Amino acid sequence: MSLFDFVKRRGSAPVARERLQILLEYERCLTGQTDLVGVLREEILAVVERHVVVDREKVRVRVDRRGDAISILRVGVEIPNARRVASAGRS
Amino acid sequence: MAKVLVVTSGKGGVGKTTTTATLGAALAQRGQRVVLVDFDVGLRNLDLVLGAERRVVFDFINVIQGVAKLSQAVIRDKRVDTLALLPASQTRDKDALTEEGVARVIGDLRRMCDWVICDSPAGIERGAILAMRHADAAIIVTNPEISSVRDSDRIIGLLDAKTVKAEKGERIEKHLLIARYDAARASRGEMLNVQDIMEILSIPLLGIIPESDEILRASNLGCPVTLSDPASLTARAYSDAARRLNGEEVEMLVPSDKKGLMGKLFGRRAA
Repeated sequence: MSLFDFVKRRGSAPVARERLQILLEYERCLTGQTDLVGVLREEILAVVERHVVVDREKVRVRVDRRGDAISILRVGVEIPNARRVASAGRS
Repeated sequence: MAKVLVVTSGKGGVGKTTTTATLGAALAQRGQRVVLVDFDVGLRNLDLVLGAERRVVFDFINVIQGVAKLSQAVIRDKRVDTLALLPASQTRDKDALTEEGVARVIGDLRRMCDWVICDSPAGIERGAILAMRHADAAIIVTNPEISSVRDSDRIIGLLDAKTVKAEKGERIEKHLLIARYDAARASRGEMLNVQDIMEILSIPLLGIIPESDEILRASNLGCPVTLSDPASLTARAYSDAARRLNGEEVEMLVPSDKKGLMGKLFGRRAA
């Protein structure tokens, strides 16, 4: 048992290496593309702003990790009701 | 025109300031004109590591705000006359370091010397981004430790996104400097080795600095190790890195303490 412990402890660098490789592969997808979330936020906002007036502070964009294979992009845009009604009334 | 280098890492305590001071000293000892710039506003330490803490009169932010001229704020080293320091401010207002001010001062420094070496604060906030902003090349200081390697990877991404060079579509030159390396532990598989780190970060290696008492002694004395203990392995590792920066081909040695018979026997048994 003590010998097994010794061997296990000796081998911690390969474990570190593997964990890093998996983690960084994931993180590079998200951050490697020059602030993906920031770019998405601006582009989504530009599209929404063509149709309704939105408060730039009330826009949330985030990417959540779901398991190893997929991530979920969540976009929340708060739209004031009065303005939506006004804009709908015009059309 | 000087080449602008940033010494950066993401993680704190990996050896950025020591590296800035020692590489700067090593380049200056080879006759190059070097100005070191401390970007760590509020937590300046480069002055201390260089033994210049009692000579600071004006600082980086004084120059930006026009309170002092650049020539008044820059401190010339007493041991190597081609080495100089622009100290950071101890103010708590980090916004005093402005984008335009930094651009102007770095531009002026470029005309004064051969190398401008920017010591980045830890983290990925404004100060770290401003420190890398005008760099032509980056030295990424990494320890053979999982969190340090991860943060270095993050910093590499930022170098490719937030620097003036990157924004112009040019590539910023990157160099990996592995510090606090314990060759014996790495060879026993207890610690990430040079190969591991290079494969994960995939940027070229500038040097390997051993974990050593000499670094501690050098900062205690306020004298870079290439001056205080030039014959040591650590000084050799830094001098070699400086020569590589200068474009020389220098064989890469993995520094390890010469072990006695007991050390060798133990090393072999464990391997």
